Order: sequence, then structure tokens, then C-alpha cells
Amino acid sequence: MVTTRSTLRTQEMLLNMGPHHPSTHGVLRLILRLDGEVVEEVFPDIGYLHRGIEKIGESLTYKQFIPYTDRVEYLASMNVNHLYCMAVEKLAGIEVPERAEYIRVIMTELNRIISHIIGCGALAMDLGAFTPFLYGVVEREKVNDLFEMTCGQRLTYNYMRIGGVSQDLPEGFVEKTYAFLEEMERRWDEINRLITENEIFVQRLADVAVLTEADALSYNITGPNLRASGVDWDLRRDMPYSVYDRFDFDVPIGKGERGTVGDCYDRYLMRVRETYESLKIVRQALDGLPEGEVQAKVSKVFKPPKGEVYMRAENPRGEMAVYIESDGSTKPSRIKFKTPSFNSLGVFNKICRGQMLSDLVAVIGSFDIVLPEVDR
Amino acid sequence: MGLLEHKLPENVFFTKLDQLTMRWGLRNSLWYMLFATACCAIELMQTGMSRYDFDRFGMIPRATPRQSDLMIVAGTVTYKMALRIKRLYGQMPEPKYVISMGSCANCGGGFVHSYSVLNGVDKIIPVDVYVPGCPPRPEALMEGCMKLMEKIDQEPRLVRSAR
Repeated sequence: MVTTRSTLRTQEMLLNMGPHHPSTHGVLRLILRLDGEVVEEVFPDIGYLHRGIEKIGESLTYKQFIPYTDRVEYLASMNVNHLYCMAVEKLAGIEVPERAEYIRVIMTELNRIISHIIGCGALAMDLGAFTPFLYGVVEREKVNDLFEMTCGQRLTYNYMRIGGVSQDLPEGFVEKTYAFLEEMERRWDEINRLITENEIFVQRLADVAVLTEADALSYNITGPNLRASGVDWDLRRDMPYSVYDRFDFDVPIGKGERGTVGDCYDRYLMRVRETYESLKIVRQALDGLPEGEVQAKVSKVFKPPKGEVYMRAENPRGEMAVYIESDGSTKPSRIKFKTPSFNSLGVFNKICRGQMLSDLVAVIGSFDIVLPEVDR
Repeated sequence: MGLLEHKLPENVFFTKLDQLTMRWGLRNSLWYMLFATACCAIELMQTGMSRYDFDRFGMIPRATPRQSDLMIVAGTVTYKMALRIKRLYGQMPEPKYVISMGSCANCGGGFVHSYSVLNGVDKIIPVDVYVPGCPPRPEALMEGCMKLMEKIDQEPRLVRSAR
């Protein structure tokens, strides 16, 4: 007798994946209901890294909270720095000098690049390809050096300030960044040759966990994951903040090149292509970097007017937003982060049904979930 | 022993079993558990990667606690995570060592006043080396590992007493 899924008698089983699992990208626990090797249901259990950052923000002044924004999402600290500072500036009506805006864009895009290196590299590593990650980290270290010479930190930068940035670019930064851009482009081509067109890699990702356009919109998926589903939406282009309206870049859209639109391969491909676009933006920003001040005048005891503000920005994992409520004192009365990974995690139960257990690793990697962002 | 040493050529050397396994063997093959909680994990990961290369110390990441000698607690330990860390520590075979990496794992760091953060991982498991920093540089972590190796060199017995 041939044993197929219909003739084989299987038993339901509950399985814990995490919180300590090498491919859950942090401390995520997935409770799985399995039928044999097929996933029936996924319950994400979060909160293993809930550090109460939002509550801490209520006891600190606006300026003191900036270091904590680094730790909301440590893979894209500059982006969260930028978002928070933009929100406070919008609340208080502060004009940022042009040079500072350009520096901010350079920093956030560099951070986007190194975040995508980790995203693509970790996905490849989870699927068994170790080499691309090693090559990627070589480039990541170069950006870490650039950040270090600018603000003295390798990971949690605390570089941006309300009304500008903490210090001007150091001597030699521009030349080194140009050199990095060239090397990175070559290196990224090399990594692409290693995995992107690799048939084994493609077969692991194509047609796995398809997220349709309707689902993506109703679950509020944002960023590269939304674009992989075929929705043409990028905040940097459609609702430009900072000085993004001055740069010329493309927004890659998922077309289902090796499978269905919105599968894991598309999500991976978005990150690969976005990295090239970020390289373009950094190059343009360096070309047009104006001279001048990097910090607007902000009073030492900073008191924004009473009111509330909601600001969003395109982060490497999607749209991140911050809501700040001010009662006119030196401290915010409420800070709330809306984070993209949290929404991505919400859709897991919907799209992972019927997938194999081993594909779940690819799904987590392709959504590029980072847990501090979910838990805060 | 003196007779035997005399008879054998110079490239054979004699030692005691506990010195060989405990000191020399263990210090040169500290397999660490691939375990991460927060930001420091990225620095831990980069220390194991291309530029800093943990492999040259014989340190290889293992995915399971049952194969690892060393636990590097990288990042904030919340109350919800604390019990899991204790259990993971219990699953590691003796002799086992713990490095507490970063301010959060050392003492709570920037989150010391938070309602959900354990102020120091040493409240639940014994820690051998503390590495300060937020996050520590890879060099600092490697210094911590070398300090741990020095500590292993001075271990008196083959089997550690229960602690």
C-alpha cells in the first residue's frame, strides 16, 4: 500500500519553538499545533523581551529618551533615532538645518543597508548557507566603522538630537563612504551570485507562505513585506519626510519571479533590491551634501507645547510610527511605538497553515522579524 | 615515572589527566551556546563572524545547551525570560561557565528602573565573568573570554563541586 497523507494515520501534536531557538531571531516562542510535519496552527507567544521602554519614556525628558529609542530596534537604531527626533520636532515646530537632514538620510540609509545584510544573511544561514552571512558581515563591519568614527558607537548610536545631529561628520567620512559604496555594490553582486539565483535556495523559498495583497493590507503589513505582495507603497516616495523628495530612487515591487506574488522568495528579493536603492540614495546625498550648521537652536530645558503628534517613517522592516503626547512639561506624558514586526507576527497563523514545519524557519527569516521591536 | 620519561624521546610529555582534560582541553574548545536576548546579541554574533573570529580561540557556537560549555548571556533579562535562562543553564553539562555580557545582564543597565527587567542575571545563575558596556565592543568580549580561560587554568579539580 502506498502511504500518502490521506492514508497515513497521524496524530496532532503541540510543539514549542523557542524562546531559545537559533532561528527565531531573538526570543520568540511559537506554539505549534502539528499534524505530522504539517503546521496546523501557530500561536506566537511574545513578551520575552518586554523592557517597558514606553513606560520608561514617561519618566525621562525628551532629550534623555533618545538613547532608549536605539534599543527599540537595535538593527536599525539610526532609523528609530530619526523617527523619534522628527516626531518631537514636528510637535515643537523646530526647523532642522539642511546639512543635518542630509546627514540623517545618509545615516538612516546606511543603517538600512546593514540591516538588510543581517536580514538576508540570517535567512540564508537559517536555510543552511553560512557563507553569504560571513561575506555580508565584512561589509557590515565597514559601516560600523563609519558610524563609530561619527558618533563613537558600533551598535546603539544615540547620534541624532532634537533639531539636528550631535556632531558634524568627521574628517574623511565622505571619502570612506564613497569607497564603501563601491565595495558594497560589488560585494552585494557577489552575495547575489551565491544565493539569489541558487536553485536550492530558490526552491526553499518559492511558493512558501504566500501572503496575498488583500491579506497584507488587512493585517497592516508594511515595508518590504507589503511591497513583496505587490502593493506599490513606500513612505519615502509617497509621503516624503525629511529630504527624501530630493532623491531619485526606485521602489521594487514583488512580481512573483520564481513563484507566486508574495511568497518568501519575493520578500527576500525586496530586501536585496532595496539595498541597491539605498546605495543610490546614499550616493546622491553625499553628492549634494550642503555646508552649514548641523544643529538648530533648541533651548536647554526643552518644553514642547501641549498637544500630541503621530509620526511615521519607513524603517528596514516596514513603517514604524511613534505617538507622543505632551502636557507642556519637560517630560512626555505618553510615548507609544507602532512597530512593523508586531504586525508581521500577527499574520503568521494565517499564512503558515498547511506549511511544513521546516519551512517555518524560512517564513520567520523572510519576514525579518526582530523581537525587541515586537516587545519594546 | 622518571624512568619512563628517561626512556622516551623528547617529544613525548607527561601530564595528569585532570590537567589535560580540564585545563588544556576545555580552555581551548570553549563551545558557547548560541543564545541571545537583546542588543548585545548582534555584537556577540559579529564577534563570531569575519573580522573578530571567535573560532581562533576554539569557540564555536552550538545551538543546544547540552553541547555547550559556556553560556554568554547577551542582553536584557526580563522576568519572563529569567526562568527559561535558569532552565537552559540547568540543561548544560558540567563543567559550565557563564559570561554576563553588557550592562543589562550585569545589573539591569539602562532598564534598571523598569517594571519587567531582572537587575542582573547573577540573581538566578552564577556568573564567572562580567563584561561591561552597552553593548561591549567585540574586543571587550574577547578580553572577557580570555579572562575566563585564565580562570579555567587555575581550576583545581577535574569535577567542579556543585554550586
